[in-house]
Amino acid sequence: MKSRIMSEQDLAFLLYEWLDVEALTSRPRYREHSRETFDAVMELSRELAEQDFAPHNRLGDTHEPHFDGTDVHVIPEVAKALAAFAESGLMAATLDAEVGGGQLPQVVGRAASTWLQAANIATITYPALSVANANLLLAHGSAEQVERFVRPIIEGRFFGTMCLSEPQAGSSLADVVTRAVLQEDGTYRLFGSKMWISAGDHDLSENIVHLVLARTPGAPPGVKGLSLFIVPKFLVNDDGSCGERNDVVLAGVNHKMGYRGTVNTILNFGEGTYQPGGGQGAIGTLVGEEHHGLAYMFHMMNEARVGVGAAAVALGYTGYLHALDYARNRPQGRPAWDKDPSSPQVPIIRHADVRRMLLASKSYVEGALALVLFAALLLDEQLTAETSDARDEAALLLDVLTPIVKAWPSQWCLKANDYAIQVHGGYGYTREYPVEQFYRDNRLNAIHEGTDGIQAIDLLGRKVVMQSGAGLRALHGRISATCARADGDLAAYGQALQDAINRIGGVTMALWADRDPRIALSNSSLYADALGHVVIAWMWLEQMQACAGKSGAFYDGKRAAGAYFFDFELPRIGPTLDLLQRCDTTFSDLDDACL
Amino acid sequence: MKIAVCVKQVPDTWAEKRLRESDRRLDRESADGVLNELDEYAVEEALRLVEAHGGEVTIVSMGPERAAESVRKALSMGADAAIHVSDDGLAGSDALATSLVLARALDGRDFDVVIFGSESTDARMSVVPAMVAERLGWAMLTFAQKVDVDGTTVAIERAGDGETVSVRASMPVVLSVVEKINEPRYPSFKGIMAAKKKPVESLDIASLGLDAAAVGASGAWSEVADFAARPAKAAGTVVTDEGDGGAQVASYLVEQKLI
Ligand SMILES: Cc1cc2nc3c(=O)[nH]c(=O)nc-3n(C[C@H](O)[C@H](O)[C@H](O)COP(=O)(O)OP(=O)(O)OC[C@H]3O[C@@H](n4cnc5c(N)ncnc54)[C@H](O)[C@@H]3O)c2cc1C
Repeated sequence: MKSRIMSEQDLAFLLYEWLDVEALTSRPRYREHSRETFDAVMELSRELAEQDFAPHNRLGDTHEPHFDGTDVHVIPEVAKALAAFAESGLMAATLDAEVGGGQLPQVVGRAASTWLQAANIATITYPALSVANANLLLAHGSAEQVERFVRPIIEGRFFGTMCLSEPQAGSSLADVVTRAVLQEDGTYRLFGSKMWISAGDHDLSENIVHLVLARTPGAPPGVKGLSLFIVPKFLVNDDGSCGERNDVVLAGVNHKMGYRGTVNTILNFGEGTYQPGGGQGAIGTLVGEEHHGLAYMFHMMNEARVGVGAAAVALGYTGYLHALDYARNRPQGRPAWDKDPSSPQVPIIRHADVRRMLLASKSYVEGALALVLFAALLLDEQLTAETSDARDEAALLLDVLTPIVKAWPSQWCLKANDYAIQVHGGYGYTREYPVEQFYRDNRLNAIHEGTDGIQAIDLLGRKVVMQSGAGLRALHGRISATCARADGDLAAYGQALQDAINRIGGVTMALWADRDPRIALSNSSLYADALGHVVIAWMWLEQMQACAGKSGAFYDGKRAAGAYFFDFELPRIGPTLDLLQRCDTTFSDLDDACL
Repeated sequence: MKIAVCVKQVPDTWAEKRLRESDRRLDRESADGVLNELDEYAVEEALRLVEAHGGEVTIVSMGPERAAESVRKALSMGADAAIHVSDDGLAGSDALATSLVLARALDGRDFDVVIFGSESTDARMSVVPAMVAERLGWAMLTFAQKVDVDGTTVAIERAGDGETVSVRASMPVVLSVVEKINEPRYPSFKGIMAAKKKPVESLDIASLGLDAAAVGASGAWSEVADFAARPAKAAGTVVTDEGDGGAQVASYLVEQKLI
């Protein structure tokens, strides 16, 4: 049966017919793999999604984690699903063999986890955060820290968090004030309060490993003075068992619009509720060196942001599949030319305007899924491409694309969720149908891991100008190569895309001609919109090329959605590019008294 | 203990299945092939038995080449080895022929226990396990919802209408198990990687020493004479409750000879 969670056929098309991921298996890192293992991982993820994750998606939303003043209680279905997930070993699938990982390519791991993200984003967030935490420690922690904290995370016994934000420091981490004071035994004592911490406290695991950004006494101001600490909820004894309670205390939970099954917390460190080791302060150990904390966090940022983009895609995708199914089955009205009220009603998918919404949604979610998998493949390329030039180019491209991979799906796959509600009519606005929850869940993705506004500033302010524009040149080169291959029916699209990316180059130069940050900051979001659409048009041209000579409804669907994107979406950026070319400073100059 | 589990690849249970006009057989291309879900209980039970008593589990399957995917799935759940019988000449085999092939593949390999699921979700006959037992001359314990092994004795519980029946037999024995018996595990990532390296023995009609005329469509004792699509759902009967709704529903059910 066709699933309403994800499309098995689309994932297989993207992995094998477009990205040719089987070719990766000739590289030493992936030698143990084959199409068989990839397919088996995809199938396993689908089974977990269908049997253990999707069934409690609604329940987790209506019964959000409950704080009784001391502890947080999560519905038992979450623990059961997470136990099945831990048991499956998927947690460590992409990690190195030497830490017990399976060296699965990132791109396959990413594709597989869209099943779980689409089935139940709130539940999969617990292990997803834990893996991000483990990855960071594997890259920057000591061998002893890996042994003590990462192994139990991989085994599914400990979960992890990322503690960056504070009430007064969200987008601006320069203002983080949590303090960390070095002790004689080499450990640190932490004092402060963290806001918005996902999975900050719960009864799902033996222990919770917090990674905390904090400032040591006398550290330089701003982000350059931030260090990173491991602060476990329970101190871990030398034999690996959990010991004394650390002074990390839950101060409250936030009640959110979506992702309700993921508990979101305010955590106090070193307030004095517990006195670990007989002293004041939460005990932490330093990761790497002092003052490098943010750099360590950012090292993992590309991966984390691709993960957020993937979540946005998965939620938009499942919304689209639900809308499609509903539209095929909901009878309403008759064709305009049928004046006989006694004739049977037609399913709403026959109405042009409903098809418009569905085709638009299809172009957003399938275009964005392609981008997310392409980005994940760049992670693999960055690690394993044959030449160092190829590895460097992959890293550069990924750097430039990351803000788009995070923000474009957060905006446009959310639009697909919006259309899914619209296609359901009044029923979509009720809690009887899941599409309203998908919308609420997806609304987060434009906010966390750096808001879309911050992504846009990162894109125009840093990524396209870094190394004298090397990133943008690399992107321009890749897109031009695709355009050059576009012939026959696709030639006109190739030309349109080439014109668009050429114009992006010109606009970027214009915006930075005066080196006036007022201009850049005033235009960054519009710029991100325009470049985002160009990149997705590129993804569509690539997909249409991969469909060449193939027939059947699936490939016709790809061609129809690609044509839609080129004919209806890409032209929209024309006026935006005109506006950008003018280097307008309205928003920088505006007197906010007038607002 | 040496356990064999017979598994079948079937078209996705939830997919809409079609019969082919040409030979009135199931169009297997029209749906994805999956490991018969009811066989997963058999695999799980075998794994649990060897976890408790030691031994090894061999998967045995008759089916076209693509059935190798389902064999591999059973291996990635944790089975140790597999036998895959595949031959174009086997297409169209009925239950009798299938049991002949399976019995031949199982015979002489010192299996103590052979486990089947209760039925395949496509053919739904539930007869192959008993036929295999008969051909092998082994004891047959059907529809087990609980299995205990003590030395060479296998005891099962079977749910009857109002009672639970306990049955015992000495090895070698053929078992069929029902869904209630356990909750099958997922394959694990490690299992998936390990499955690639597990031995899969390939057999065909000739290597089993079978008479080609006794199997496949030519050897089938039964034939699909005709088929028709299920008629479209007729409009339902609406009962308007004006105080006598219950009585109306009851008389409708009586009319239809349902009660
Ligand atoms: C459900 C949820 C889960 C979260 N999980 C975690 C977590 O696990 N760990 C963690 O550390 N954090 C987490 N966060 C925090 C999240 O990363 C922050 O909310 C986010 O970075 C924005 O910070 P803020 O909420 O303080 O908003 P602000 O920074 O106050 O931003 C408000 C608005 O101002 C804009 N803005 C701010 N500064 C600028 C600027 N310089 N230029 C232009 N525009 C600007 C923003 O784009 C936004 O539109 C989570 C948040 C939510 C809602």
